[in-house]
Amino acid sequence: MSEWIVYGLQQLLNALQLGSIYALIALGYTMVYGILTMINFAHGDVFMIGAFFCFLAAVYLGLPFAPALLLTVVGTALLGVAIERLAYKPLRNAPRVSAIITALGIGIFLENFTLALAPYPKHIPALLDSTNWDLGGVSLSSLQLIIICLSLGLMFLLDYIVHRTPVGMAMRAISWDKTFVPLMGVPVDLVISVTFAIGAGLAGAAGTMYGLAYPVIDPYMGIMVGWKAFISAVVGGIGNIRGAMIGAFILGGVEIMVAAALPSTYRDFVAFALLLVLLIVRPYGILGSPRIQKV
Amino acid sequence: MKNSAYIETREWLAAQRWLLPVLILTGFGLAFAIPEYGLLNKYVQLVIMYVGINIILATSLNLVNGYMGEFSLAHAGFMAVGAYTSALLTMKVLPVADYPGLFPLAVLAGGLVAAVFGLIVAVPSFKTRGDYLALITLAFLMIVKSLIENIDAIGGPRGIPGIRKLTTLPWVFFWVVMSIWVIRNFVYSKYGRGVLSVREDEIASDLMSVNTRRVKFLAFMLSSFFAGIAGGLFAHVLQFISPRVFDIIKSTDILIMVYLGGIASLGGSILGATVYTVLLELLRPSNFAALVSWLPDALFEPLNQYFIQHLGVWRMVIMPLALVLVMIFWPRGIMGLREFRWFIPKRDLDAHQHHTEHESRHDASHRQ
Repeated sequence: MSEWIVYGLQQLLNALQLGSIYALIALGYTMVYGILTMINFAHGDVFMIGAFFCFLAAVYLGLPFAPALLLTVVGTALLGVAIERLAYKPLRNAPRVSAIITALGIGIFLENFTLALAPYPKHIPALLDSTNWDLGGVSLSSLQLIIICLSLGLMFLLDYIVHRTPVGMAMRAISWDKTFVPLMGVPVDLVISVTFAIGAGLAGAAGTMYGLAYPVIDPYMGIMVGWKAFISAVVGGIGNIRGAMIGAFILGGVEIMVAAALPSTYRDFVAFALLLVLLIVRPYGILGSPRIQKV
Repeated sequence: MKNSAYIETREWLAAQRWLLPVLILTGFGLAFAIPEYGLLNKYVQLVIMYVGINIILATSLNLVNGYMGEFSLAHAGFMAVGAYTSALLTMKVLPVADYPGLFPLAVLAGGLVAAVFGLIVAVPSFKTRGDYLALITLAFLMIVKSLIENIDAIGGPRGIPGIRKLTTLPWVFFWVVMSIWVIRNFVYSKYGRGVLSVREDEIASDLMSVNTRRVKFLAFMLSSFFAGIAGGLFAHVLQFISPRVFDIIKSTDILIMVYLGGIASLGGSILGATVYTVLLELLRPSNFAALVSWLPDALFEPLNQYFIQHLGVWRMVIMPLALVLVMIFWPRGIMGLREFRWFIPKRDLDAHQHHTEHESRHDASHRQ
């Protein structure tokens, strides 16, 4: 009996680690969707670029963990703003699908650009000395603890920014109404840029942590992780920040459970089947509210 | 820029509708003659076949994404269903080695099975729209891929190697003509009007007694049917299929062709698929070198050394950048909501002409 509890706790810990990485990426999807009602398909690749920035900072600049993380976050935030300014802003008044296609194009560009510069998978060196603690059979590494705590810290910071600061208020206002809020003096372009910077920065942080937890990185790693994070955002109710966090931890938990119980090749199958069932039963997600369509 | 001579020629050409069947017959003739007499080398023939398959994929996806205004990511999934069905039939069931005439049957079966799978997406679409339906299609694609990976009897993640090369130029051409003809007739039929009305306003069309369920049902099944056909043809050109061939990147490729060409336009899909496929092939180092070999050596040598030799990797960087630029400066794509006038039925053209004349008279009376 106690063996089962220990095993369960161990898997819970793994689920928390995976879920917190998904959550950081999902936040970027959900924030951009909330403010522009646009699916930013390039977001998963910004996460991948984050992992490569971390690799560059660690190998070529020889930086330790904290400065490398900071550099990665700043770098990806700038990348996010650049993508928004160059590729999405000119299309804000165009048909909505044009922006989606542009986002897909930017995603493919980032993947293949990285592939052209780094044809082989890279190995991120261990930036942190990992020590393992044994808590009554459950092994906890310092790396896991740092990933989970740092992610949770960033999530609470984001929640604070969105709900307690003027910038956050402007974000919520723009996602509420796009016609009148600009008339009341809210600098829409600036707020959208800030949203992209925060979202991309969080994805960069996620890339760093993913690179530390699973050290082999390649240019296509962002596709699947990005889609999974997107599923989390939808499961939680897209556009809803707390929903994205909950969705990410649910998805992380489900994936770890499947990997523990079935052959690991069924992971994607179960994740997407879950999405399919949820979309049919509760299309607006766990915390989302149904949109009322006026005729 | 657009002088009157150009407009006159265009109008004259648009009126010569008899040219379309003539062109189709010529195309058939060429499709038989090219492989028979070796008019073009094998590589060019192969590229033409890929162009044809991509045209089928783009036109059928345009039915759902363009005319009906949904955003489906599942096309590669339907393609996979068609490819696996037909490949398994030609390899395990049908005695194709003795009777090559059975091949079209396998392709047709692939299309039909894919159409049945289309129901899986069509049924949720009754209640879900927009981004959420896009996610359902994505989930469908991933589930199909993951199922194929987990069924060992059909090769699992290793795929199926050693498929016979049964797809020929005439068959590709036949299916290209069929897909365009069927979708064109569907779009300009009663149901086609329904598809357009669903795109513009689903609730309003429901109120005006359009059977939106039947319309969506038909559109999804037709679209997935042709995706399955394209998959069957594709499997018998490539001679090897695996789940990785039909992943999200394949769906993205088809989406790019559709939106590059322009939504709700068959002509656009034909152009989009052709331009995208041919450009990608031209950017291969050897092809590009052949293309600019007329340049003087002083220019060609540095170009070759610093640019062409690296194209193998960089062409996949250049293409998406070009796509982004096209989308920014040309957000509706090449044909965006316009159509080759040869494809529009005569009655629609006449009605449209009548309508615009009426409009202009109306405007004129307003101005007085």
